[in-house]
Amino acid sequence: MLLMKMIRSDKPGAWLLAILLVVSIVVPVLNLLVPENSAFHLSTYTVTLLGKYLTYALLALAADLVWGYLGILTLGHAAFFALGGYAMGMYLMRQIGERGVYGDPVLPDFMVFLNWQELPWFWYGFDQFWFAALMVIVVPGILAYVFGYLAFRSRVTGVYLSIITQAMTYALMLAFFRNEMGFGGNNGLTDFKDILGFDLRADSTRIALFLASAAALAIGYVLSRIIVSSRLGLASVAIRDAESRSRFIGYRVENIKLWVFVFSAVMAGVAGALYVPQVGIINPGEFSPLNSIELLIWVAIGGRGTLYGAIIGAMLVNYSKTYFTAALPEVWLYALGALFILVTLYLPKGIVGLRNMRKEKA
Amino acid sequence: MLVFLITTPMKKSIFLLFLFFFMGYSLQAVASEVSENDSLQAAWKVLSDKNYNKKAKAIEFIAQQNPPEAVPAIKAMLEGQLYYSRRGKELYFLREIEGNYEFTPLFDGEPIIQKKKRGFKKVKINNRLRSLIRQLLAVIRLDNEDANIRLAAVQDLLKNPGIEAAGRVKNAIEKETDDRVITSMQTLLAVIQLESGDETEQLSAIETLSQSLNSSAMNALSDYQPPTEALKNAAQSAIKKINDKRDLYAKAETVFFGLSLGSVLALSAIGLAITFGVMGVINMAHGELMMIGAYTTYVVQLLMPNNIGASILVAIPAAFIVAGLVGIAIERSVIRHLYGRPLETLLATFGVSLVLQQTVRTIFSPLNRSVETPQWMSGAWQINEVLALTWNRLYIILFCLAVFAALIMVMKKTTLGLQVRAVSQNRTMARAMGVRSTWVDALTFGLGSGIAGLAGVALSLLTNVGPNLGQAYIIDSFMVVVFGGVGNLWGTLVAGMSLGVINKLLEPWAGAVLAKILVLIFIILFIQKRPKGLFPQRGRAAED
Repeated sequence: MLLMKMIRSDKPGAWLLAILLVVSIVVPVLNLLVPENSAFHLSTYTVTLLGKYLTYALLALAADLVWGYLGILTLGHAAFFALGGYAMGMYLMRQIGERGVYGDPVLPDFMVFLNWQELPWFWYGFDQFWFAALMVIVVPGILAYVFGYLAFRSRVTGVYLSIITQAMTYALMLAFFRNEMGFGGNNGLTDFKDILGFDLRADSTRIALFLASAAALAIGYVLSRIIVSSRLGLASVAIRDAESRSRFIGYRVENIKLWVFVFSAVMAGVAGALYVPQVGIINPGEFSPLNSIELLIWVAIGGRGTLYGAIIGAMLVNYSKTYFTAALPEVWLYALGALFILVTLYLPKGIVGLRNMRKEKA
Repeated sequence: MLVFLITTPMKKSIFLLFLFFFMGYSLQAVASEVSENDSLQAAWKVLSDKNYNKKAKAIEFIAQQNPPEAVPAIKAMLEGQLYYSRRGKELYFLREIEGNYEFTPLFDGEPIIQKKKRGFKKVKINNRLRSLIRQLLAVIRLDNEDANIRLAAVQDLLKNPGIEAAGRVKNAIEKETDDRVITSMQTLLAVIQLESGDETEQLSAIETLSQSLNSSAMNALSDYQPPTEALKNAAQSAIKKINDKRDLYAKAETVFFGLSLGSVLALSAIGLAITFGVMGVINMAHGELMMIGAYTTYVVQLLMPNNIGASILVAIPAAFIVAGLVGIAIERSVIRHLYGRPLETLLATFGVSLVLQQTVRTIFSPLNRSVETPQWMSGAWQINEVLALTWNRLYIILFCLAVFAALIMVMKKTTLGLQVRAVSQNRTMARAMGVRSTWVDALTFGLGSGIAGLAGVALSLLTNVGPNLGQAYIIDSFMVVVFGGVGNLWGTLVAGMSLGVINKLLEPWAGAVLAKILVLIFIILFIQKRPKGLFPQRGRAAED
């Protein structure tokens, strides 16, 4: 009921969900049922690539929720993505078991290599999928809660907030680079074998992960749409536009910000957890402040404050990144740089805004 | 039965006693031989003898007499260049010239040149002789006219102190005029007396050594076996005193390292403080402007390869101008459309930074380049035995302070500074008073960028110059500005210096990476406590 009402009032969203549904039917068919020599066959590589884009889209959606609707220019959202990824990576690491290079039944390879005698306490439980899945949600959530609780309550806003989110992800990156942290250091976690008993390299597993990503994106979109069209969403837009005024009217600005922020972080964590099994590696580079900033350009290009714009932007930028880095590697950074400049100067509302602008003229 | 009562250390000492007697007799024999002849001639002859003990005595005798040939001959012996003829037992210096051997007589005579070493034999020495020779050479140098050579001689003796030198050192102290040499000679004497003196001498030696920071003095004290309880206590308190002093100097050194790191941070953040604090522009391309400054230094060095020392002085204004012009270009083309939207300047300037990085990669290749450190910046300022401040760090601190002072002057004393402050406080009012705000914006951004270029010159001397140079510093620079308080130049300086010192103080027990993480966490928590930094701008305007 609620869903129907929401879809009727959000036409682009309905289109988006419909496209996602069609893609999730067509892609598996083209990959599994169409013979390999046919022109319509979709390689597993492409399926994985598309799955990766979907997880990026979910991350962009999470960023748009806080940037577009709360006005927090977060420079650290990749940190939540990476934490979700690490939680999933730890599960996948434990699944390797005796098949590692050193064949230790409990310790992952890098710990044997570092001469560790027993599993550190924070690795306990990650042999269970349900526990890892819980952690994918809990760890980014708690970090966002603690960080947001401190920052919002002290009324750290604007540039200061942006810079300390950057400090957060930078500190995490440095920490995860340390071997002593017990997360594989520089090399991160890799060499995964299977998930829930299914071989990660099998086509069917790849398709399943792709479908899971599509489903996660759809659910994430619907939940985000519900939030932004609820009273909570309206209040957060008010805070975005005039924080002090909203506070004077009587809204608990801190709480509203905090809950939206935590929800967004959890969504980013889920995106990271789906990203890792498809890409096959997670390393501290994912925490890099650069990733967080790049993620903002996806949102900006698509059009912030629309939710579906973020998804379109993530898809487009990442597709062109794949294309350019393969075809014209020198040009990519120029192109990305030019995109940043041109979009902020001439397309403050992104691609989605372009359509609305035409509508207004007509 | 008696033998069984003798314990092991006693056995050892008895053995040593025998040895001493034996050696004493043989040495005495040689000594009498030498003194009987009582002439240098005989001593020189003994050098061709095979008996090392005899040789040692002879060398000592020669060194004591110190004729003009003594030092070159003894040195040559140490280097294995002193030979004697099989016939006549005359001494010669050996020199190799284009595959031939040239034997120059120690005393008068024509040099002999031959293909092989036939007819000559090397004056052989063993380890004991080698250390004796080093000692003697040092003792001889104690009489040198140059105070630095005397000092070096004392340092050599400290590494290898011998009881024989004591008398010479005592004499030398009385003649000595240079304070540094006197101090180290006293240390040396104390080290010797600690080994050989009587109880009162040992006590005063301990007292002297406790004043010294020399590592040989420390070694002597820790190897020292005090015969009485009083001496033992004195030695222990002396060791403690020395250690305390060393700790103090080690701390001073850490603070110095911290200040130099802080200067780098402050230097790279000052430019940002102007563009970010005064103009409200979050310039993510700031790091790349530093990179441009560093590459300018590199290019200037390429242009004047014979004048590395002066190249840095040329690079400073060059980097300022190049980076400043690039900054003005960025302001005119991109930023001027974005005033009042700080978060969007972040995205646009990030785009600029990517373009600049790629441009540098295309022009200079993605590989790192290195800038040569000029001669006058290498080396260290040795304050005492423990504390040495390297010149390049010292210069960077001075450079940072100079840049900062110049900037404060510009902001406080010039028309441009006045206009910048006016525009940053109230743009509309400033324009109404006739200030060309667009012009001021461009110049201010150029100034900030130029200072980034100056920071680049300093960085090029510390690390490799590469396309990623800027990225490594941009985050730190932002932390410094935010920590100090946006819009406050003094805050930036204080913040940079204190973050540098905190970082270096944490490093010894936390390691470099963890120290950095702790500093980042500290900043995050600090911002919670004071959301506008150390020195917030005061104002009554509410935000919306």
